Amino acid sequence: MEQTAMAFVTSVLSAAVAAGTPILYAALGEVLTERSGILNLSLEGTMLVGAVSGFLVAVRTGNLVAGVAAAAVAGGLIAALHAFLTVTLKVNQVVSGLSLTLFGTGVSGYLGKPVIGVPTPVSFKPVAVPALARIPILGDMLFNQDLLVYASYVLVAALWLFFYRTRPGLHMQSVGESPETADALGINVFATRYAYTIIGGMLTGIGGAYLSLAYAPSWIEYMTAGRGWIAIALVIFAIWNPLRAVLGAYLFGGVDALGFRIQVLGAIIPSFFLKMMPYVFTIAVLIFATARSRNYRIGAPAALGLPYERE
Amino acid sequence: MTDDARKVTVGAAARPRWSIRVEKRPEISPFWRAMAPVASIVMALVFGGVFLQLTGYDPFEVYSLMFKGAFGSRYGLIETVVKATPILLATIGVSVAFRMLLWNIGAEGQIYMGAFAASWVALSFPDWPPLMLIPAMFIAGAVAGGLWALLPALPRAIWGVNEIITTLMLNYVAIYWVDYLVYGPWKDPKGFNFPLTPQFSQAAWLPCLGTTRIHLGLTFGLAAAVAVSIMLSRTRWGYEIRVIGENPAAARYAGMDIPRNIVLVMLLSGAIAGIAGMGEVAGITHRLQHGISPGYGYTAIIVAWLAKLNPAGIVIASFLFGGLLVAGYAVQIFGIPADIATMLQGSLLFFVLGGEALARYRVRFVRVGVGKGAVSQAEAK
Repeated sequence: MEQTAMAFVTSVLSAAVAAGTPILYAALGEVLTERSGILNLSLEGTMLVGAVSGFLVAVRTGNLVAGVAAAAVAGGLIAALHAFLTVTLKVNQVVSGLSLTLFGTGVSGYLGKPVIGVPTPVSFKPVAVPALARIPILGDMLFNQDLLVYASYVLVAALWLFFYRTRPGLHMQSVGESPETADALGINVFATRYAYTIIGGMLTGIGGAYLSLAYAPSWIEYMTAGRGWIAIALVIFAIWNPLRAVLGAYLFGGVDALGFRIQVLGAIIPSFFLKMMPYVFTIAVLIFATARSRNYRIGAPAALGLPYERE
Repeated sequence: MTDDARKVTVGAAARPRWSIRVEKRPEISPFWRAMAPVASIVMALVFGGVFLQLTGYDPFEVYSLMFKGAFGSRYGLIETVVKATPILLATIGVSVAFRMLLWNIGAEGQIYMGAFAASWVALSFPDWPPLMLIPAMFIAGAVAGGLWALLPALPRAIWGVNEIITTLMLNYVAIYWVDYLVYGPWKDPKGFNFPLTPQFSQAAWLPCLGTTRIHLGLTFGLAAAVAVSIMLSRTRWGYEIRVIGENPAAARYAGMDIPRNIVLVMLLSGAIAGIAGMGEVAGITHRLQHGISPGYGYTAIIVAWLAKLNPAGIVIASFLFGGLLVAGYAVQIFGIPADIATMLQGSLLFFVLGGEALARYRVRFVRVGVGKGAVSQAEAK
């Protein structure tokens, strides 16, 4: 009995990491973008475009790296549109993000039509890290995953170092906090915002590709199922900190994975209520995180969402 | 720009370089003000056309099929009006909230909850006469939509919880709730296992225009547009909503109760979207079913901004977008994904946004790197 309970916990934890990884990539991308002062709400659409382009290229070429690269490029393109509209043309960031969400959803559905139900010749499979994978519970959870999961660990560490230990990281933050000051110091506010919006979009695209090439290797319309929005909520929960984003992403992944597993066990709770769990959980966490800080702008970059005008 | 200046001094003798500069126009000419939306729509169509071409379709053929599908026949025109009805209601609903810069992205869920509550009334009291049943369904739809919007409104008003995310998350919850009912306890036992409830008694059907599918819901939409227009321009509440949207600080100094307005505006916004859901079940499907709204609530967001939140503009834009949806279904018969319509919706908005902004700015090609360029560079600074 204890053995099966143990196996259940291990499998939920390991599934939590897998389910949390696409959200983590998107959230890390959004942390970067928002830290430079740009609110990009198009994550849901960008992830879908990333998922479909990654899948299409992987099916055509049989090459996973090419698939992930295509997803990053596609995500970067959508984000570049957002940057052009919001940084150069100073369009309202919320409206621009929403229009790109719809655009991305439409594009993904349009491009993906021919490959619905097509099996992919390649997909990311778990690769156990020697020695580390044999640590009880944690080994299976963290070190018996696929390469994109390992890459996300490196990314988190790199982002943390970048934010708090490097000069460009500081520049980026100053642009998000006080673009006037940054400008006066000779930092190019516009270029900085373009750069981090585009890099953010690339990471979001990779998050989408994780869904279509690793988590559920296939293309299904609307397969992100709100994960892009959950990632945006996660950024607030994480107080714009990449390390806290990891914790949050796995927590959301855990709720997702648990719902699915309870379903498989054949619980009396109708599956529709289990499917609602991640969304209800997101709302609850967001209320909790905000009520605690009394105001959702606390912890947010001071210039988030505001266009910068030179003069 | 410091970088550019440096290049000018260092590379003064070098080859002339061209740089693109975006500058604010001193004033927007009336010509551009009028042309911007037209030019933007043309640009969006060109953009979509390039996309079609790249993916192996003839854009002219697809566009002409789409146009004929939506506006080229009696059937197409009627369907356009049928689809415009829920879009109009949902858009009027979200636009009230947008006026206050309250981001109600949850119209989709509010439509589902409105449809659910109206269906509950219709299925529970099938023997009521139409004059009782239909108003009861209307009220139930409005109340359910309003309450569904209240859920995110309260945390926003009390703690400032980001309503974009909470309204959106509730869409998924509402859709699963309706799915639970139509796949589960409310499923029609004689429905061959399809996810739908039994048909409502005829007393619950909204009257239609002649033999068409255009139903009374259209009148609800037009009435809502008029009512909201009057409310915003003529009443004290409308005035408060506009002031809070345009200048929250001034509103606060003037002693306006912002949290109270957040709650009331969201209630109203959700209620109007809820009526859209009631209209769909009472006017079109005559039962609750899976996928009762194919994203009208999201389309509403686009329509609201395209029409610049202006009720009269919303009426026109709703018909255009109803047509766009019908056009999408029309080309599907020829093997072209209907998603082309969603894609065009999104690109329409970003081209219109861009066009409007571009009318305020002008893009100039400036020569830098030689004498004259350097002078204009200095002037620009």
